[in-house]
Amino acid sequence: MVSLEKIDKSYVTGSHRLHVLKAVDLEIESGEMAAVMGASGSGKSTLMNILGLLDNYDGGSYRLDGQLMRDLSETRAAVLRRQLIGFVFQSFNLIPFKTAAENVALPLYYQGLGRRRRQAAALEYLERVGLRDWATHRPSEMSGGQQQRVAIARALVARPKLLLADEPTGALDSETSHEIMELLQQVNREGVTVLVVTHERDVAAMTRRVIRLKDGRVEDAHARLPDA
Amino acid sequence: MSLIDRDHWREIYETLRGNKLRTFLTAFGVFWGIFMLMVMIGSGNGLATGVLTNFSDGATNSFFVWAQSTGKPWRGLPRGRAIQLDTGDTEAIRREIPEAAVVCPRNQLGGFQGGNNVTRGTKSGAFSVMGDLPEIARLQSIRVVEGRFLNPLDVDERRKVAVIGERVRQVLFGRGEQALGEHIRINGVYFRVIGVFKPRRSQGMEEDADQTIFVPFTTFQSAFNYGPRVGWFAITSRDGIPASVVENKVLALLRERHRVAPDDLRAFGHFNMEEEYNQLQGLFAGIRTLIWIVGIGTLAAGAIGVSNIMLVIIRERTNEIGIRRAVGATPFTVMSQIVFEALVLTTAAGYLGLFAGIAAIELAAAALSGTEMIGFKDPQVPLASAFFTLLVLVASGILAGLVPAVRAVRINTVEALRAA
Repeated sequence: MVSLEKIDKSYVTGSHRLHVLKAVDLEIESGEMAAVMGASGSGKSTLMNILGLLDNYDGGSYRLDGQLMRDLSETRAAVLRRQLIGFVFQSFNLIPFKTAAENVALPLYYQGLGRRRRQAAALEYLERVGLRDWATHRPSEMSGGQQQRVAIARALVARPKLLLADEPTGALDSETSHEIMELLQQVNREGVTVLVVTHERDVAAMTRRVIRLKDGRVEDAHARLPDA
Repeated sequence: MSLIDRDHWREIYETLRGNKLRTFLTAFGVFWGIFMLMVMIGSGNGLATGVLTNFSDGATNSFFVWAQSTGKPWRGLPRGRAIQLDTGDTEAIRREIPEAAVVCPRNQLGGFQGGNNVTRGTKSGAFSVMGDLPEIARLQSIRVVEGRFLNPLDVDERRKVAVIGERVRQVLFGRGEQALGEHIRINGVYFRVIGVFKPRRSQGMEEDADQTIFVPFTTFQSAFNYGPRVGWFAITSRDGIPASVVENKVLALLRERHRVAPDDLRAFGHFNMEEEYNQLQGLFAGIRTLIWIVGIGTLAAGAIGVSNIMLVIIRERTNEIGIRRAVGATPFTVMSQIVFEALVLTTAAGYLGLFAGIAAIELAAAALSGTEMIGFKDPQVPLASAFFTLLVLVASGILAGLVPAVRAVRINTVEALRAA
């Protein structure tokens, strides 16, 4: 599904040059559910952004679903994102003035689907995350866990092959975190490749593989979780 | 993503509706700009119409001709020879110059610095006494408030009748005293009062009109021993013919009849209302241009305001735009949405402003009709102006959207998402 070869990425801020990713090699098979762990500054988020086509890389090659992702135009990246990738964020990133259903339906709008079909699909996916009754509510009327479920429904509604979750439980209590992870496990069982960035041991424990990053390098691509 | 895509519009509608205060503030800027522009154009037109109408009641195609003395010797006649107009000239002008619509020979007694010439019993006053034809009413702003004005029979039968100004009545008649049918003595000759008039407007030159007495031209000639003499002519040209053209023909005819050199400019004095009118027209064209410049400035300020607000909005909406792009919106889609939002907002608000402005002007016009407000009449906004304004509006709407839209897509998606 994902194949990274010697990915290099650095940021230039003023006179500083920050080498964030250093020759990262990584293979993730289709249908996998993996956690990316590492201290802050280890390059987790940058890696996720590159995987999610939100950011470019400087060197190496990235293949997603067999296609080479290199020097994409913004427009091309947007089209590939909407076809292949779903995002779940730590801060949910729902549009505050839209209802749950409207938020879920948004990716389908950009795919050019008709309103009726969007509506139906949005309700179907809200049903899956157990929020069918909350369809007409706005994010501000929901709990954090509920908002994240809406975000997951939105990530899934376009039937992506890869789901990228950047600290999806970072803003949630442990019980809700567990529920969200169970939901992601269920998504994974249905065939979607799931990649979760986290620094929580419990969350990582609910995935089947842990990728450990340190100082911009893959320290261990099949790490064992440290004992609590 | 096309113009007629209902979803596209719905998305815009939802975004605008989802942010009511922002939408309102933005829209109000444009609304106000257009509203003010419309009110200004309307008032400007009202001012122009008011002053131009006030200038003279429709007789802008009129001119006056009077005799002076020759400035050049001609055919054995010396310079400095006084010329006297007479009724023969009246007939000649009527006969030979068909472009002249109304030809009024006039005579005047008293007036400026004249002594007391009109008495009634123990009361007396100094007034202008005009010998006139009934047609003079077409050239002057006269409104008969009691009785009637002169008619052709008065002239034909040389009736000793008089139409007096309001001020004349106040001087010669006591309060509540009936003027109609009473007699007044003008230079020793008795005239019966048949009407009382007021000038249409009461200001400036028209003040004098209040103190005027009109008597039939023929009566004037015989009662005051004027014989065939004519003081001066008041003439109007036919519709569509410039007064100056007729004026030149009349002057040429009079020079010929009175044996004056064709190039003698001193022999006849003349005054053309049309020239004055045209000067005023030019003045108002200037005012109108100014109004448009100021108005478009106002409009531009509104559009810049919208653009500015949009820029602030983009900052505020950075996260939303990041989300949209993360879920697959292309830069073009994001841009087009922002441009359309601005366009919808400016056009709708502008249209409302246009409507409100015109409504305000129409209301003012309705309130003013019937009253006699000086220098302000029939304010209105020409249709072409309204359409042009709408066009400018749409253009500025697109511009107001484009600036922030370009900024919006320049923001890195990752940064945008972080800006929660």
